[in-house]
Amino acid sequence: MSKEKISGSEALMRALEAEGVKTIFGYPGGAIMPVYDALYDHRDKLNHILVRHEQGAAHAAQGFARVSGEVGVCLVTSGPGATNTITGVADAMIDSTPIVVIAGQVGAGLLGTDAFQEVDLVGITQPISKWSYQIRRADDIAWAVARAFYIARSGRPGPVVLDFAKNAQLEMTEFEPVQLDYIRSYDPDPETDPRAVAEAVTLINESKKPLVLVGQGVELGEAQEELKAFIEKADIPCGCTLLGLSALHSDHPLNKGMLGMHGNLGPNVKTNECDVLIAVGMRFDDRVTGKLETYAKQAKVIHLDVDPSEISKNVKADVPILGNCKRTLKLLTELIQSQKHTEWIESFKPYEEKEYNEVIEKEVYPADGPINMGEAVHAVSEATNNEAILVTDVGQNQMFACRYFKYTKNRSVVTSGGMGTMGFCLPAAIGATFGAPDRTVCAFMGDGGLQMTIQELGTVMEQKAPVKIILMNNNYLGNVRQWQAMFFNRRYSFTPMMNPDYMQIASAYGIPSRRVMERAELNDGIQEMLNTDGPFLLEICVVEEGNVLPMTPPGSSVNYMMLNLDC
Amino acid sequence: MENKTLYTIIVHSENLAGILNQITAVFTRRQINIESLNVSASSIKGVHKYTITCWTTPDTIEKVVKQIEKKLDVIQAHYFTDSEIFQREVAMYKVSTPEFQKNPEASKVIRRYNAHIVEVNPIFSIVELTSMSEDITNMYQDLRNLNCVLQFVRSGRIAVSTSCFERVNEYLAHREERYLKEKNQ
Repeated sequence: MSKEKISGSEALMRALEAEGVKTIFGYPGGAIMPVYDALYDHRDKLNHILVRHEQGAAHAAQGFARVSGEVGVCLVTSGPGATNTITGVADAMIDSTPIVVIAGQVGAGLLGTDAFQEVDLVGITQPISKWSYQIRRADDIAWAVARAFYIARSGRPGPVVLDFAKNAQLEMTEFEPVQLDYIRSYDPDPETDPRAVAEAVTLINESKKPLVLVGQGVELGEAQEELKAFIEKADIPCGCTLLGLSALHSDHPLNKGMLGMHGNLGPNVKTNECDVLIAVGMRFDDRVTGKLETYAKQAKVIHLDVDPSEISKNVKADVPILGNCKRTLKLLTELIQSQKHTEWIESFKPYEEKEYNEVIEKEVYPADGPINMGEAVHAVSEATNNEAILVTDVGQNQMFACRYFKYTKNRSVVTSGGMGTMGFCLPAAIGATFGAPDRTVCAFMGDGGLQMTIQELGTVMEQKAPVKIILMNNNYLGNVRQWQAMFFNRRYSFTPMMNPDYMQIASAYGIPSRRVMERAELNDGIQEMLNTDGPFLLEICVVEEGNVLPMTPPGSSVNYMMLNLDC
Repeated sequence: MENKTLYTIIVHSENLAGILNQITAVFTRRQINIESLNVSASSIKGVHKYTITCWTTPDTIEKVVKQIEKKLDVIQAHYFTDSEIFQREVAMYKVSTPEFQKNPEASKVIRRYNAHIVEVNPIFSIVELTSMSEDITNMYQDLRNLNCVLQFVRSGRIAVSTSCFERVNEYLAHREERYLKEKNQ
C-alpha cells in the first residue's frame, strides 16, 4: 500500500508538531498562504499568535525561547515579511537564542526573476544566522525542519532560517517525521582536553584570588547547579554578565554583581586584581572588558566555552576548556580541592560599600526630587518578591533594570545584549508570557523603545498577554543624551522627544493603565499593576536627566569606573 | 603594525549551495583580500575542498579559520604557511607564434622554467607552466619582455600539507565513532 500523500504545508505542520512546537508567532502574507491554510486545521495544537509587525514575531520568539529554553518559532511571508525579521535574527545570533524563522518564498520557478515579494533571504541571513536553508521541494521538508530545530537548540544555540518556496508548500509528498541528532560537519559539544582540565585544576587549587565570570552559557547549558557546586567548593566570588545575571541568583553570597560598563564596582575592579580568571560561557564583549590592552593582564585566564571560535577571540585564554559547561564544570568540581578565600572575598566589601554610598543609595532611596529609574526598578523587583522575569528594552532603562532588579529564579533576564536592539522589549515580553505562563513578566522600557514597536500593544490586547509594562518616561532618548552630556558638551542633538499621551493609547487598546508622577504613589501604582489580571501599562514619569552610574567610559580600563559625573 | 604573512587556508565542506558565500563573508567582514581561491571536489565523496590564500597576521588568521570552521556545513578548516605545504599553480601563456619564432630567447625561457608548449598554430601558441607562484610571475615577465604575450591566465593555488594523513578522513571517522559511543552510553 502506498503511503498517504499530503501537501508540503500540511507536512510542515506535522513536522512542527513532531518537534514539540506548541506556539508560533507570525503574520500571514501571499507567499505563505498555503501554510496558513494548513495551520487553520491545526490551530488547536499550534497556538498561533498574530503579531502586528514581523519584527515583533522574531522578538516574541526570542522572548519565548529565552525564558522557556525551547525553540521559538516565527512564521512570516516572503519579501518584506522576511526582511522585517532580520533584526530579530541578528539579535538571536549574537545573544545565542534558539529560534526558527520560517518564511514564505516565491515558487522555485520564479527564483532569481525579481518576482513580486522575492528577496534572497538565504543570502541575506547567511552571515547572521546559525543556518539558513531554502526548501524547494516538499520531499525535503521533514529533513529540513528536523535539521533546523536540531541546529537551533543544540550546542551554542542560535537562529535558523527556513526559506520555504511556495511550490514546495503546495506539492504533495509522503511525509514521515525525521529524527536527527547528528550532523557530521557540526560538533555541538566539542571534546574536552583532559590536559587542559588538569592544568585548570592546578591553577584553581593554587590560586589565592580567583574570580569567576558567569555568562549566559551557564543558563543555556542548564548548568546553574553545576556552577553553584563549583564556586562553593572552591569558594570563588563571581561577576555575572548582563545575560548571565540570573544564572547565579542575586542573593548568593558569592555573587558580587554585574560586570561591564555599568556593572558593579567590585567585580570590575577585581578583574584587574585576580590571579586566575575563570570565564564560563561568556564571550568577553567589549562592554564587559573595556580596554583590552589592560584587561586582566595579571591573571591566568581559564575559558570554558562550547564554541571554539570564542576561545582567544578577544581575551587570550591560557587554558581553554571546550565543551558544554554543564559537563566541564562538573569535571572541574570533582577534581579541585575545597578551599576558603575569606580574605579575598572580604576585599570586595569596601567597593560594595563605596558603590552603595556614592551611587546606589542616592539612586534607590532619594530624599526628594523626581522619581529615579533605579528607584522604580528596585520597587517593582521588591514588590514581585524578586521572583519575576525581567524583560528590558535598550538604553538607560536596560542598565537601571539589570542593575537594580534581583533574581531568585533561573532564566529571569530577557534583554538584547549583543545587538542592543531598541524596540525589543514589548514583543519579547509578549513572547515571555507564553514561554513562562506561570510567572510575572515585568517589561521595563523607555519612551523611545516603546514607540519603536508600540504596534505590539495590539497583540497584547488581542492575546490578553499579561505583560506588566513599566514605561520609564523621561522625555529623552536617555542613554544617548547621557553620552551627549558626557562626551559631546551637552549638545542634545535630537534626543529630546515629544511623547503622546500613553494613558490614551493604553485606553484605546483596552489595556488598564496608570501614570505615576510622585514618589508617594509609586508603590501604590506598582501594587495596582501587579494586582490587575492581565496586561497593565504603568507609566512612571522619571527624572529627565538621570544618569546611569557607575560607568567605565568607552576605551577605559575595566577597573576605572566613574561614580559621578564630576570627575 | 604587525608583519603580514601569506597564509594558505584549506577548507573542507559539504557540497551544498551557498557555502562559498559563507566562507568569503568571513573575509569580507574583516576586509581581508583573498589573493587566490580554488574550489573543487575533494577525494571524499560529497565533500568540497577550498584552497584560499591571503595576507594577514598570525592572530587574525587563527580567528578567521575558527570562524570559517564554525559555519554549519564546514567540516574542517586549517591554515598553513608556505613551509608547511607543497603548493602549485597552473598558468597558461598565449604567445604570438611569429614573434615567438623570431626570437631565439623565447624557447630558452620556456626551457628554463620547464614549461610545455601545448598548442601551436600559425597565429598563436600556448605555453603551460605548473609551478610555484614566483616562477609563474617571473616567466610572464620574461616573455613579456620579449613582446610575445597575447594572453596570460593563472589558477589559484592548490596545496597539500606535508603531514602524512588526510586530516578530514580521520576527523570524520572520529566524529562518527564518538557519536555512536555517546549514543550507546
